[in-house]
Amino acid sequence: MTTATPLMLASGIVKRFGALVANDSVDLAIGPGEVHALLGENGAGKSTLVKILYGLLQPDAGSLAWDGRTISLKSPAEARRLGVGMVFQHFSLFEALTVAENVALALDGTEPVSAVADRLVAVSEAYGLPLDPRREVWRLSVGERQRIEIVRCLMQHPRLLILDEPTSVLTPQETEGLFATLARVKAEGCAILYISHKLEEVRRICDRATILRHGKVVATCDPRQESAASLAQMMVGSKVTPTRHEPVLSDQAPFLRVQDLSLRSPDPHGTHLSGIDLEVRPGEITGIAGVAGNGQDELFAALSGEITAARPEVIILAGQPVGRDGINTRRKLGAAFVPEERLGHAAAPRLSLSDNALLAGHATNGFVRSGLVDKPGTLGWVDRVVAAFDVRKGPRDPAASALSGGNLQKFVVGRDILRNPRLLIVSQPTWGVDAGAAALIRQALVDLARSGAAVLVISQDLDELFEIADRMAVIFHGRLSPAQPMAGLAREAVGLLMGGSGFGPAEARGRDAA
Amino acid sequence: MRLVLSKRENSSRWMGLLSPLIAVALTIASGAVLFAAMGLDPAKALAIYFLSPISDTWALQELAVKATPLVLISVGLSLCYLSNNWNIGAEGQFVMGAIFGGAIAIATHGVANGPWVFPAMMLAGMIGGAALAMIPAILKTKLSVNEILTSLMLVYVAELLLDWLVRGPWRDPKGFNFPQSVMFEAEAQTIRLTSDGRINIGTLIALVVVMLAAFLLSRMLKGFEIRLVGEAPRAARFAGFSQSRLTWTVFAISGALAGLAGIIEVGGTMGQLQPTISPGYGFTAIIVAFLGRLNPIGCLIAGVFLAITFIGGENAQIALRLPLDVTRVFQGLLLFFVLACDAFLIYRVRLVRTAPQEQSA
Repeated sequence: MTTATPLMLASGIVKRFGALVANDSVDLAIGPGEVHALLGENGAGKSTLVKILYGLLQPDAGSLAWDGRTISLKSPAEARRLGVGMVFQHFSLFEALTVAENVALALDGTEPVSAVADRLVAVSEAYGLPLDPRREVWRLSVGERQRIEIVRCLMQHPRLLILDEPTSVLTPQETEGLFATLARVKAEGCAILYISHKLEEVRRICDRATILRHGKVVATCDPRQESAASLAQMMVGSKVTPTRHEPVLSDQAPFLRVQDLSLRSPDPHGTHLSGIDLEVRPGEITGIAGVAGNGQDELFAALSGEITAARPEVIILAGQPVGRDGINTRRKLGAAFVPEERLGHAAAPRLSLSDNALLAGHATNGFVRSGLVDKPGTLGWVDRVVAAFDVRKGPRDPAASALSGGNLQKFVVGRDILRNPRLLIVSQPTWGVDAGAAALIRQALVDLARSGAAVLVISQDLDELFEIADRMAVIFHGRLSPAQPMAGLAREAVGLLMGGSGFGPAEARGRDAA
Repeated sequence: MRLVLSKRENSSRWMGLLSPLIAVALTIASGAVLFAAMGLDPAKALAIYFLSPISDTWALQELAVKATPLVLISVGLSLCYLSNNWNIGAEGQFVMGAIFGGAIAIATHGVANGPWVFPAMMLAGMIGGAALAMIPAILKTKLSVNEILTSLMLVYVAELLLDWLVRGPWRDPKGFNFPQSVMFEAEAQTIRLTSDGRINIGTLIALVVVMLAAFLLSRMLKGFEIRLVGEAPRAARFAGFSQSRLTWTVFAISGALAGLAGIIEVGGTMGQLQPTISPGYGFTAIIVAFLGRLNPIGCLIAGVFLAITFIGGENAQIALRLPLDVTRVFQGLLLFFVLACDAFLIYRVRLVRTAPQEQSA
């Protein structure tokens, strides 16, 4: 422990949401100028705790002290006045406004936009975060948007900067740039609270770490003295078994072939797909890496048939041109799909699991006979998925929203794997699920591929793709790089592709500066 | 101190069933206060409102006649509302059904006809109601026009069309210039079930419709589609269901049921077309649908209850000289309490004690 008075001291913080105790007597001490990691799985209570530190939530019990003086934060504005700045995981920016206008809106004063722009340029140059104040936000990449948020905080001269999962939206190269900036911020004496579940990063840049599990502090340690495995064990509470996977290359004919697929996104701020070529072979996992918002949603919609292509022959599935066909035609040809959003897309939150089994399987699983739903049949299917994928739940057939994220994800992945599809397309298979569920799902994907199915995994988690993929392509601004075998594929090379180098001049979004 | 509404983790199933009953009880209680404030004996007034409509067989038959259109319309509306299609224009679809069905009755007037006439009128009425309902459905799916506005405004179109028809081309030439059509022939009147009252075949049809709709929603894939589209539109697309086609389907069904109710009402109680043929069944049915929790069986129970307030209102007008507007007040109170009870079902209210210097967040 630092002997000096902590800059921010939280003691005995309790926060309840109904029956759930999100923070259970949490203590946290951040010393001046220290980079402090807050580690924990999804749902461990990290976000709740930082929202309390930033004045967004009020604790039910416990107290905060700033510079040794007890405080009560009733709003983010008060927190900012003290010198707390926060960069959220999900940015709060107005897409149609310029960078300077967005920053001016966030500053509480009445400073004219031009003056804000001048200060913004000065701060962004001082910290190595290049930004053009006149650009509209919708033209910027996710990494650039994050820079706006960081600069916006730095312009208010914070003494504590809170960053919530900042690298989850960055390429490896952008991550390096962020670390350089954080080193400069630290050198000026500003403390940093760094929330992450990426253990290698934490070991690299953090001086201390507080580890949360189920809302409680389970350990406070110096991450540089620990291994990634020991940190993971503290985070999860048990040993995590790594996925058994040796990359293989299949010589079979592709089950899915995409040729020159272009698609206009229905979302005005979406990404158009242009000239996508892709082959997915039986026996292999093909991974698609890329930073969020580069066309992953549109690609999934085009492959699943939720949005149909202009011509049938751009998507060949099981030898048949299906570009104009809907999702159920593709399912009947042996394809299965698991979208990114669990609640609202893969599953209807308030409907029961058996209804949600019907949702994905009504065209293929024999659940429907002459318009009538076979209720015992769907319920039996739920039982089988639950048993095979270790889905933990209370009653036999609860509403989807009653399951935890990891258990619901096991259900939506399991309900399609269990019908032995010949092709599985899954987007963000382990996004926001606990380590145990993630390991089970990854192993199930590998086993499915090894049993002869073609598997396509779209993921923003590069570690995940390096763990399970046999080939990998990168999506950038709606275009896809050729898929390369994993053997000999370097992380740096993938990172460069994720940042757009090697794609030639961009046409879809008209981005001219990095 | 301030009040905070926070979402309940899981709302109780029992309270879900109980909440409409609580709403009814609160409506009756506020009714008692209202009558007392008007200087009437609350017990006597409430007895006229709620007991006189169920006091003898004649009254019960009248109750069935009034409940029939409410149930028919509200079942159709429930299908719409479950799938997030806000058809507010059932009143117009009711009128259009009466116009289409009435056209057959007027065309066959005085010429040789047979028992096929009334079934043909019912079919025409369903086509008329569905045709009017398809306008907002198509505008919604093709041009993203808000269906609440279009379906509501088409009510006035239908009402004014009827008004024009009975004052103009369809006016009874021997009707002393009253704005009304000829009296329908016996074959063109709704088939009655008894000789001493007005209960007619429409009541049986409504019961069958309730059962069919309940079966559709609980057992059929189409019913699942309706629930899923309303619950999670993106998941419905993932299931491969077409939202546009479903919008057309539910608008067509609810329009057809409203139109059917319209021709049954005209053929069963008036026997002719008049400038005004509905005491607001199409709008009251919206209350019925919500009071019945968008469930066909619930609509049946709620439809009977709302019919009681209609008849009770008429009786109160005679016995207590109360204006008919009091009925409207009752219905409004009821909808208010239903929605309020639902809010408490979904949210819990807490009183949060706060430090005096804090401004509300």
